[in-house]
Amino acid sequence: MTNHWVDIKNADVILIMGGNAAEAHPCGFKWVTEAKEHNGAYFMVVDPRFNRSASVADFYAPIRSGSDIVFLGGMINYLLTHDKIHHEYVKNYTDFSFIVREDFAFDEGIFSGYNPETRSYDKSSWDYELGEDGFVKVDPTLEHPRCVYQWLKRHYAGYTPEKVESVCGTPKDKFLHVCEKFASTAQAGRVATILYALGWTQHTTGAQILRTGALVQLLCGNIGIAGGGMNALRGHSNIQGLTDLGILSASLPGYLTLPGEKEQDYAQYIATRTPKPLRPGQMNYWANYGKFHVSLMKAWWGPAATEANNWAFDYLPKLDQSYDMLKTFDLMNQGKINGYIAQGFNPLAALANSNNVREGLKKLKFLVIMDPLVTETSEFWKNYGEFNDVDTASIQTEVFRLPTTCFAEEEGAVVSSSRVLQWHWKAADAPGEAKTDVAIMSGLHLRLKALYDKEGGKFPEPISQLYWPYAQKEHPSSEEIAKEYNGRALVDLTDAEGKVIRKAGEQLAGFGEMRADGSTLGGCWIWAGAWTQAGNQMARRDNSDPTGIGNTLNWAWAWPANRRVLYNRASCDRQGKPFDPNRVLIQWNGSKWGGADVPDVAPALDPEVVNPFIMNPEGVARFFSRKGMNEGPFPTHYEAFDNPLGYNPMYPNNPLAVINPAARILESTKGTAGDPKDYPHVGTTYRLTEHFHYWTKHVQLNNIVQPDQFVEIGEALAKELGIATGQRVKVSSKRGFVKAAAVVTKRIKPMQIDGKTIHHVGIPIHWGFSSQGRKGYLANNLTASVGDGNSFTPESKTFLVKVEKA
Amino acid sequence: MSSTMSLDIKRRSASTTPAPSGRGAHSGQVAKLIDVSKCIGCKACQTACMEWNDLRDEIGTAAAGVYDNPTDLTAQSWTVMRYTEYENESSGNLEWLIRKDGCMHCEDPGCLKACPSPGAIVQYANGIVDFQQDQCVGCGYCITGCPFNIPRISKKDNKAYKCTLCSDRVAVGREPACVKTCPTGAIMFGTKDAMHAQAERRVGDLKNRGYANAGLYDPQGVGGTHVMYVLHHADKPSLYKGLPDDPKISPMVSLWKGVAKPLAMAALGAAAVGSLFHYITKGPNEVSKELEDEMERKDQEATRKEAQP
Repeated sequence: MTNHWVDIKNADVILIMGGNAAEAHPCGFKWVTEAKEHNGAYFMVVDPRFNRSASVADFYAPIRSGSDIVFLGGMINYLLTHDKIHHEYVKNYTDFSFIVREDFAFDEGIFSGYNPETRSYDKSSWDYELGEDGFVKVDPTLEHPRCVYQWLKRHYAGYTPEKVESVCGTPKDKFLHVCEKFASTAQAGRVATILYALGWTQHTTGAQILRTGALVQLLCGNIGIAGGGMNALRGHSNIQGLTDLGILSASLPGYLTLPGEKEQDYAQYIATRTPKPLRPGQMNYWANYGKFHVSLMKAWWGPAATEANNWAFDYLPKLDQSYDMLKTFDLMNQGKINGYIAQGFNPLAALANSNNVREGLKKLKFLVIMDPLVTETSEFWKNYGEFNDVDTASIQTEVFRLPTTCFAEEEGAVVSSSRVLQWHWKAADAPGEAKTDVAIMSGLHLRLKALYDKEGGKFPEPISQLYWPYAQKEHPSSEEIAKEYNGRALVDLTDAEGKVIRKAGEQLAGFGEMRADGSTLGGCWIWAGAWTQAGNQMARRDNSDPTGIGNTLNWAWAWPANRRVLYNRASCDRQGKPFDPNRVLIQWNGSKWGGADVPDVAPALDPEVVNPFIMNPEGVARFFSRKGMNEGPFPTHYEAFDNPLGYNPMYPNNPLAVINPAARILESTKGTAGDPKDYPHVGTTYRLTEHFHYWTKHVQLNNIVQPDQFVEIGEALAKELGIATGQRVKVSSKRGFVKAAAVVTKRIKPMQIDGKTIHHVGIPIHWGFSSQGRKGYLANNLTASVGDGNSFTPESKTFLVKVEKA
Repeated sequence: MSSTMSLDIKRRSASTTPAPSGRGAHSGQVAKLIDVSKCIGCKACQTACMEWNDLRDEIGTAAAGVYDNPTDLTAQSWTVMRYTEYENESSGNLEWLIRKDGCMHCEDPGCLKACPSPGAIVQYANGIVDFQQDQCVGCGYCITGCPFNIPRISKKDNKAYKCTLCSDRVAVGREPACVKTCPTGAIMFGTKDAMHAQAERRVGDLKNRGYANAGLYDPQGVGGTHVMYVLHHADKPSLYKGLPDDPKISPMVSLWKGVAKPLAMAALGAAAVGSLFHYITKGPNEVSKELEDEMERKDQEATRKEAQP
């Protein structure tokens, strides 16, 4: 979230789209209720189903799954054509006036530089035009035909209300109602928030859908404002922590990135990640990349990371390709990965295309499961009839199950969607032989180290030199690890005058104290400040809120720098005066910034110069994302991999632009798309509030309140197929099937899409064959092994199915 | 069932002993306010109820094809969510009306009036109506007496169960478990006056949002209730899956209570228990007509006995 859960209460307009917060985040959803009751907020839901969030909304509009960019692009078009934009905001804080390179082009759904053979783009033309001074050329009049504003207008000109109706299935009047309500916030003093979740991310166009939502928010001037923002509601309680720590295969902690195999040169690696400022006087925060990187290397390899060895740069793996989950299981299927550790992960249930995952697991030599509960993955080899129809005798994979503690059986911090790191304490001892994940991984590491010591090896240093300064080698404590993430001084740190500002061994106060000369250590720069010399900031429990805006700066600790609303400098005008005097986050008092939040910009920086989007070298937000995204600088509608039309109704004449031209489609996935002739309906998966992922099917109480697998179909489809509510049905895709009771509902209505009737079929997840309750089929039997073009997140929200009586 | 020690009892089933009045509910009568317009049907209240009261219902099936699980109140499910898909013809909008069902804690409780077993049903000074299962004879009259169809007889011990409004928690100054757990604040608890004031604010908000008939459900046919609803459509309570439009205690109970029962009390004892063999052998669920007949017969018998010198 750019903002945070409590801050939702400050909103005037709330849009939930690509998520169902009442269903999946009922506790956080209370802030929507608060905004309605105490702030008179107007609450809208856009979703293929009339869902639990819609049940308490002021307005609901239906949308065909996977057509969100058309809807949001239509909103952009509406805001621009009706001139409902926050002029001062977009003029000062976005790239509206920036000139785009002359060779940048867009034609019938495809941007310049496309190579259909490799399904990828040469992005060199996707950039601003730079002047001789190295800064971007701008046209403050916004009249230059190649300025971002003019490009934006042209790009979304075709996203009309009529197109929205025919492509999204949203009645025009309902679409326009959403636009009008949202547009009411395109001014100082009114603000809208957007809440989304996996309903946006789990598409082949997922990352671009989020961007389109962000563009709507930028036009209205709603980013950096109390009650505004783009707010991703995370699924697991600590999934935010996972991304922060860089557990994804191409990441390093704090959103630093692993080098590719062509980046063997350390100086080049740092240079390409340290951008030059694109506009004068901007903070350009990534200029500090080297400080964060070197501090990380010192945390990992300690004294073995020296200036002479480029801070152990050679110890880092260099990626020859991406090892995302889709690729990992593909390699497993090819026999190229033959050992796998599933730590806190149940890929057979959670990853798209369960049959593909199962085939991969069968080819492994060994599989290690680290989990507190029995998972489907840990039992993939066991025959459960139709639920998991395998020939056990033919499977040679050796499976090790290592029971771990669950969150309540250990202490540490959990990072919420609000970016708040909140410390918690152990509530109970773990049962049986369960060990913490840290103890298991440490044991594994120390044994590997011992093996290298004893037997040697080709390149032992990355393992043998790994810094391991913990009091109990076999079990580093949560405190030790948390302090390491925060970072500490390795020698006395001095300022420009030679005065010692931080003594050797002291905890750093923040990432501003990190250095690129090896004098500081820090395991995750964005978490610097969480455990300072003043102690564990995450354990703070003072919920006082003197201004009433809900920021509670002394409750736990938020990254970065305990800031609760990102880009909060954008809440003030050019002179540093708040746009909304009733919702003041920060303001300029003539000599420095201060207020109810930690300012995003350095305290003494002149508001006339410094812009809010400090992570961009231009200091402003991007409508034109330059080279940041793999399918183009402006979000563009493409159909899903499994799509019901067979063409892209926005760009019907270009066969290259039917699906996302840069989607993650592996060689083995080609040809596995369903044909609408065989699978005419649009399936979509989702969660139910009564269950949590694949965990609570082991829990009696959850099973009592939601006992049995079901799918949801609309009354019209049920009538067409002769299905009564409660009757067993079989739902199949090109990949597999599930059987379940049908819940026949008025909440799913047929849609008219470009003259064709489309029915949605709702498939709740949560059931599986490893269960203390009623067993069921894995919902991911149905989904395809395709992913978003940037994040590689599988497309679990839109796929083709057929329904028949079981 | 709850502690009877720290709450004063103002009414007691089938008793002629004068009610104690030495202590009063000085902080006011209590009420639970269920704001249907804020309820997302998450069932956290059902789960909290089971946890606090040590209840575990059966794990059902999806055969009914609905979100309602368990599908009805039982002796192990004292509260359930009821879901209604309502096509509002006047607005053209679909509405998904979700109502938490359970005991309404009537000010004038039909169950208590109908109950023949001394002290099996009590009403505390704060308004809570509570079943004392150790006194319950399992006759099921409370079911007939209830205009909301709430009490359920346990197949395990043949005694009647229902929501206690967490009288054990309330007695020590805490809110009911469902209120404590409700993530959206749809369930509130306080004095009846405070809940009336809250409801008024909420009804005003709903009217502003286009629900012209929004209102409070506090039916006077049962003397008002200590569980109330804020409804978007207070003109049509029955839209909310069987919430009675105008609940009243069955005339049979009025007869029993008004005329016959006071006379019958002295003689009831063993006779009341004896009459229940019929009920027990016929099973707990076939209540209505049969039981009403039974009740009537019992009334007449009691009156006759009383009339004899």
